[in-house]
This record gives sequence, C-alpha cells and structure tokens, in this order.
Amino acid sequence: MTLRTEPMTVNVGPQHPSTHGVFRVRVTFDGEEIVEVEPVFGYLHRGTEKLAEERNYVQVVTLTDRLDYTSSMINNQAYCLAVEQLLEVEPPPRGKYLRTLTAELQRIASHLIAVGFFVQELGALGTPLMYSFRSRERILELFEMLCGARITVSYMRPGGVFADAPPEFWPALERFLTDFAGEFAEIEQLLLENEILMMRTRGVSPLPADVAVNCSVSGPVLRASGVAWDWRKEEPYDAYDRMEFEVPVGVNGDNYDRFWVRMQEIHQSLRIVRQCIEQIEPGPVRLDLPLVLRPEAGREAYGRVEASKGELGFYLVSDGGVAPYRCKIRSPSLINLTITEQLLVGWKLADMIVSLGSVDINMGEVDR
Amino acid sequence: MALPELTGGELAARLTAALPDTVAGYDATAVWVHPAGLAAAAAWLKADPELDLQFLNSVSAVDFVEHFDLVYHLTSLRRRHTAVMKARLYGREELAAPSVYGVWRGADFQEREIWDLMGVRFDGHPNMKRIMLWEGFDGHPLRKDFL
Repeated sequence: MTLRTEPMTVNVGPQHPSTHGVFRVRVTFDGEEIVEVEPVFGYLHRGTEKLAEERNYVQVVTLTDRLDYTSSMINNQAYCLAVEQLLEVEPPPRGKYLRTLTAELQRIASHLIAVGFFVQELGALGTPLMYSFRSRERILELFEMLCGARITVSYMRPGGVFADAPPEFWPALERFLTDFAGEFAEIEQLLLENEILMMRTRGVSPLPADVAVNCSVSGPVLRASGVAWDWRKEEPYDAYDRMEFEVPVGVNGDNYDRFWVRMQEIHQSLRIVRQCIEQIEPGPVRLDLPLVLRPEAGREAYGRVEASKGELGFYLVSDGGVAPYRCKIRSPSLINLTITEQLLVGWKLADMIVSLGSVDINMGEVDR
Repeated sequence: MALPELTGGELAARLTAALPDTVAGYDATAVWVHPAGLAAAAAWLKADPELDLQFLNSVSAVDFVEHFDLVYHLTSLRRRHTAVMKARLYGREELAAPSVYGVWRGADFQEREIWDLMGVRFDGHPNMKRIMLWEGFDGHPLRKDFL
C-alpha cells in the first residue's frame, strides 16, 4: 500500500535567525524533501542606486559602506575604481597599497563571519562563531585607527584613501598578525577536519561548474566548483599586480568545498597583507582632485573588484554633472542566489539553512 | 590592467557575418544590436567558439529620457576577454525586449530588477514579476521622471 503524501509550503524568513538578515524563501516540502523553492527579496531595499543619483561622486562612497556591511572597504574600493576609470586617473602608490591592505583585512573579517555562521548553522552554537568574532573584532579596531569607524568606514576616496595610517597603526597591525596566526590555527584545528562538519557538508548540494558559470555565480562559490577565476588575478587593480598569492579552488562544489575555499583564502589574504607591509613606501596617499568631481559627459565605466562574496561591479554613467547619472551596482550576493533552486531542491530540510549559509549572502547587498 | 576588451567594431563585423540585420551599429567599446535581435545575438555570442562569452557579468538599464539603453557586460572565462553589448529602446510606455534568460541564467534576477525599477519588460522570462517592490506598486522608481 502506498501512503498518500501531500506537499506542504513553509515560509522561511524574513525574520528567521539564520537567514543572514531579512531573506525570505518559500519552500515546498514533500515530507522532509524540498521540491520547490522561491526566494523573495526586497525587505532591505533602500534604493541605493537612486540615492546615488542625488549625491556627488565623493558622497556616494558613504552609500557603498551600507551595501555589504561586512566588507565595506571592498565596496569603497570597487566604487572608487569605477570613478577613477571615469576620470582616467590612478591613485599614488601608497594609496594603492593602503587600499589593497585594508581590502584584504576586510576580506579576512568577512570570511571569518561566513565561516563562523556556517558552522553555527550546522549546530555548533556559539563557540566557533565567538572564536571568529574575537579575531574580526581586532580587524575592526584596526579600521577604527585608520578612519574612526568600524563598519561604515568610508576610508577610500576616488584617487586614493582619505588619510594616511597613523603611526600607531603599524605596530598594532603587527600585533594582530602575530596573534591571529595562533587564533586562526585554533579555528582551523577545530573545524577544518572536524568529523561532524565533514559528514554534514561533504557531497551536500554540489554545484557543477557549468551551472555556476551559466548562473553568473562568482567569488568563493564559483571557485569551490572548480573554476579558478579571481578578478584580483585576471584584472589586477590597485597593488595586486605586485602581490604573490594563489587562488584556492574546490573540486566538488559542495558545501564543504565552499567552506574550505574561504578558509584557504584567509591564508592568501594574510600573505597579501604581509607583502603590503613589506613593500609600502612613504608618499602621498591621495591624488589632489577637486572636491566636486565632474567627469566628462557621455563617459561610462564599469569598475569591478573581487569582493569577499564575488564580483562586485559599479556601472557608472556620467552626464557631465556633479552626481552620477546612473550608478548600477552588480551585487554578487543577489546574483549568487540564482542557484538557490539548484542547491536546495532534492535535499532535506536540515541541509537547507546550511546550504544557504554556504553561499554567504549579505542582505544589505542583495536588496541594496 | 584590464583584460583585453573586444572592440565594438570587431564584434559588429563578426555578428553581421553570422546574423545579418541584428547589428544596429557600434562604437569603440560596444556593439549595438536591435532590441528584437537581442536573444539571438546573445545566443550567438555565447556559442561562437572564438568569442565564447559564457559569463554574463551584469545587465543594466539606463534611462536617457528619450530612450532607454540596455547594457550587457560579458566575459569569456576560457579566452580571457570581455565585451559589451548594448541595445536602445525608444519610448516610455509598454517597453519590452527579448529575455536572455535562456542563454545566461544569471540574467534572471537582474531582468526582474530592471522591470521592477526601470519598467522594461523582458519577453520570454519565465517569472517576470517585481523583485524588490511589491506587486501593485505604482511606477518604476529608477526612471528619471519618477522623482
């Protein structure tokens, strides 16, 4: 005798504690198995692109902080690169190094959050998350030294960074690097070959490389599927052309690989930070640009960086005025969610939140 | 140090040879196609082994008041080059263009966003509804005449 089953639709979010903000999915289950998924967006939509049209080019930097608020430095960088392309200028070398350095510190902080929450969603409540937040806090303190803010940094400007690092920054950075080596080794020892973590995540929700590319997935999620594509390597912006680092690549594109790639990228980011400290030389940090920028009318630019979540792009169009005529934000978090269906359908309820966590989205960036 | 970018002229010449009547023109950085031929041009740009543009970076719409421009930023991960395709839509009411969803699945949310905020509908998209705002919202906020 066959049992009669009936699909059941469950609403997850927007107030669910582990959806990384106000993300909502409507999921249809057959028993415990997911048969249909529909992501619903817009709960944090603030109209950033419209707001950018009302502000001058320098003021827009403050809006970019609030996109992916766990990697504000990298958002600043992407926007500044786009404006510099519009103006056809380049920051001075020290400005480039400071931008590379802070962007990599920010990447470490962002990946620590991603990894911490990922493990929390597997049921390791508290401990690994607190371990990663302990180290992230140190990075935010370094940012506070640089610009007075921890999260909404607005440290970069078109043409460089807004101020040089204070003298006490460099010893503090050295102390952080020394301590972090031990702290991260501890996290790695706890997680990297953790038996429970591997059993729960290996082979779960694999993402084939061709699907990832077709869905325009980028960042660690794309690299976990075996595609070695990193904009820092392909289009070395700022000081990345002088940096030596590797691009970690996964094999199966499953939840474990996505986690593993982020852990390895933290090592590479540390390498880049070290090289920045060795190579940086005294000099100006910012070009002497007018306070109100007026790029030539009719010019357009697409500036992109490898953000912690993937390819972050700013498409700017100028009409010769003081504000961007159009400022389109290519947000990696939103576009990486194209694979929601691919990741979830056919898998069990218990893996749903873990798979979503492995994509590492940030709602500030998804909804903008 | 950007990746080599295919010039509009080169793209236009290749597209015209393969699909006559799709190209509307070109400039230094982009090839302009007729809106009606968008999906066909997209499919060809992806399939042609020498262009091999299988990665859609972003789809943008710009409101120039007299017309709307659709901008497609593309990358070939194997051949390591980038390209830009554009299309121009005239008018302000009942705007529509063919969807490239079938060619690049990554256009899914971005096309919905353009419909939501700019009011350009994409024909052939399987789920063409608002994404950021709610159904029933009046107007398309990113248009220049909205506010």
